[in-house]
Amino acid sequence: MAKVYIYKSFERFWHWSQAALIFFLALTGFEIHDSFHLFGFEKAVAFHRTASYLLLALIAFSIFWHFTTGEWRQYIPTFSKLQAQIRYYTVGMFKSEPHPTIKSARKKLNPLQAVVYLGFKLVMAPMVILSGLLYMFYKSFDVNDMIIALNIPLEWIAVIHTLGAFLLMAFVIVHVYMTTTGHTLTTNIKAMITGWEELDDEPENGNENSKNTVSEGEVVETKKTKENE
Amino acid sequence: MNRVIVYVIVVTIIVLVSVNLLHKTEPLNLSQYKLKQEYATKDKPSVDHTQFEILNQDFKTPQDVTVACLECHNKRHEEVIHSSHWNWERVAYVEGKGISKIGKKNVLNNFCIGANTNEQSCAKCHIGFGMTSNSFDFTNAKNVDCMVCHDNSEEYIKGAAMAGYPDRSVNLSKVAQSVGSPSKINCGSCHFYSGGGNNVKHGDLEEALLACDRNTDVHMAQNGINLSCVDCHTADKHQMKGKLYSVSSTDVNRLNCEDCHSSRPHLDDMLNRHYDKIACQTCHIPTYAKENATKMAWRWSESGKLKDGKPYHEEDSLGNHTYLSIKGEFDWQKNVEPEYKWFNGNAQHYVLGDIVDTIPVQINTLLGSADDIHSKIYPVKVHRGDQIYDPETKLLIQPKLYSPEKGDSAFWVDFNWDLAAEAGMKRMNLPYSGKHEFIETEMYWPVNHMVSPKDQSLACADCHTRDNGRLASLTDFYMPGRDRNNWIDLLGNLLFWGSLVGVSIHGLARLINSFRKNEMEAEEINTDQ
Repeated sequence: MAKVYIYKSFERFWHWSQAALIFFLALTGFEIHDSFHLFGFEKAVAFHRTASYLLLALIAFSIFWHFTTGEWRQYIPTFSKLQAQIRYYTVGMFKSEPHPTIKSARKKLNPLQAVVYLGFKLVMAPMVILSGLLYMFYKSFDVNDMIIALNIPLEWIAVIHTLGAFLLMAFVIVHVYMTTTGHTLTTNIKAMITGWEELDDEPENGNENSKNTVSEGEVVETKKTKENE
Repeated sequence: MNRVIVYVIVVTIIVLVSVNLLHKTEPLNLSQYKLKQEYATKDKPSVDHTQFEILNQDFKTPQDVTVACLECHNKRHEEVIHSSHWNWERVAYVEGKGISKIGKKNVLNNFCIGANTNEQSCAKCHIGFGMTSNSFDFTNAKNVDCMVCHDNSEEYIKGAAMAGYPDRSVNLSKVAQSVGSPSKINCGSCHFYSGGGNNVKHGDLEEALLACDRNTDVHMAQNGINLSCVDCHTADKHQMKGKLYSVSSTDVNRLNCEDCHSSRPHLDDMLNRHYDKIACQTCHIPTYAKENATKMAWRWSESGKLKDGKPYHEEDSLGNHTYLSIKGEFDWQKNVEPEYKWFNGNAQHYVLGDIVDTIPVQINTLLGSADDIHSKIYPVKVHRGDQIYDPETKLLIQPKLYSPEKGDSAFWVDFNWDLAAEAGMKRMNLPYSGKHEFIETEMYWPVNHMVSPKDQSLACADCHTRDNGRLASLTDFYMPGRDRNNWIDLLGNLLFWGSLVGVSIHGLARLINSFRKNEMEAEEINTDQ
């Protein structure tokens, strides 16, 4: 076991601000959906729009970060141990079997996480963001005072947006719950707050972890060379 | 230490930015301000009509006044005799009927039903003299009544049942010398009292507008910009701008709010976007008939009851007639919430002689739907009632109602529907089978006046709410906050609650599992001992 700096500061900032925005957007969004009353429709709409602009900006930064740091590779799904991972959560963990995959700064996500988060990034987020943008600019005016986005039925846009929101909510519930499946109940959350996590040593190159804390570029480099091999 | 300073700076910036974002003083709506300035100055007449020698005479007949007017305004009569105020009809292209003339001459209503055969009385609201029957000469400019619109002395009044002639008490010389631009009462003398009393028909046009405050009507308020009717309803060549769809049918020469206020009058872009589908009136006229009640229903079927052989009337607590032997039973309402309809500016009418094919009979139909790009949602007064109908020929009947004396088949004096129906239909050259009954009718009156101050206009949640919103009856479009796709909601709820239940079960299983494990460990320790 070694304490490893696994989540960089931007990553943590991105994670928590995105979490806060998604929570706030869900709150205001489901009020617009008339699921409950809190701020009042008018304020809910205004808040929802403001928060959506913030989320768009944040996502723009995070996409940039993912590509410049190479972190996007974390989300390449590996199917080899996917089944083992699912078995672990459904059966293994009750029999005190060991975790089938080993977490490291180089490989933060287990195969199940990778594929679900990829789904988040490629399906859920685009679903709400694109439908949200269409919703936001529905019947707005262009420079020539012409009304744009006139011919798409609002119902389609709304249905996709709502479905995306429901999917996100289900994701959030499971995601939050899964954070309790670390070494202790709060290990994972603490790691996401501080960046540091106690990890098992990787079997093949045990001193890799200390390297990771040194610099980002190096990690990516080692990854690349590995893949080239 | 540095870190603390950085955090303090970041937090300060966030606080300042959010204060700036969240705190807004309402900026001045400059376009609105400009309009108010523009209409703040009232034009004064450039001519003093008392100075004209030709008007300083003792007029024998009202036609003499018209002739005097035409001495100077020697082309105006040509404009007037081309106007709908004079002709009581307009040429229009009507879907299914082609080019036809539509107006009071051939369209019915569900108030006093129709002017035909009752001209002697109805012509009180015709801008002419001597319309006693449908053989009135609409080319004789001498019969144009200039005074009814242009009298500024409030002296002029048309006589009751005098075929459009002024009351005998009117001093014609005084009127002729005080003519000018029409004021509220000139228009109101007909448009406020149509249907036989104040605010009977429109609901949004009534005598309270002569002296009201901004809560009643922001445009005509005496403590507001105090506009008169013709400030908006301009009349180039005596063709009035603006239409009412009780008699109008096409989307031409209409008067729209945006003519003054532009299509993007709000400072809030979100509100401006509603312009595409929501008429200004919909939000800005939350209720009509704010001062005096308006008639909401008129049941002719109840008419004709007599007490001791004599007609009688009943009144409600506000003094409105709830029953009249000559007219039937009425419902009145004050502060009425409008009904809402899609409307594209075109309307169809039941024209005398049309076969009835729907019940209730649609006296007029406002055309439009959610998927028609020219349609907007408008507030509408719907007037419901029943009226006389021939079940054999399936025609609405034009009855003869008015006559100065008994024995002339007029219902209002003879109380015999058969005679009234026969006389009326005969005059219109339409068949009458000899059988009559009463059929339900509906008539649609778009509400355009009595605009409220902006703080009283509808708010988002008046429509964007799941139940009982203002637009609850318009179901042919998707409205956020009101509508949802039930399948998506079901699926979403299954996902949401399914996930919650799923993780709860999983968590519970883990909890139980860990208890068991602890027990087993404890047992092992015990056995070790």
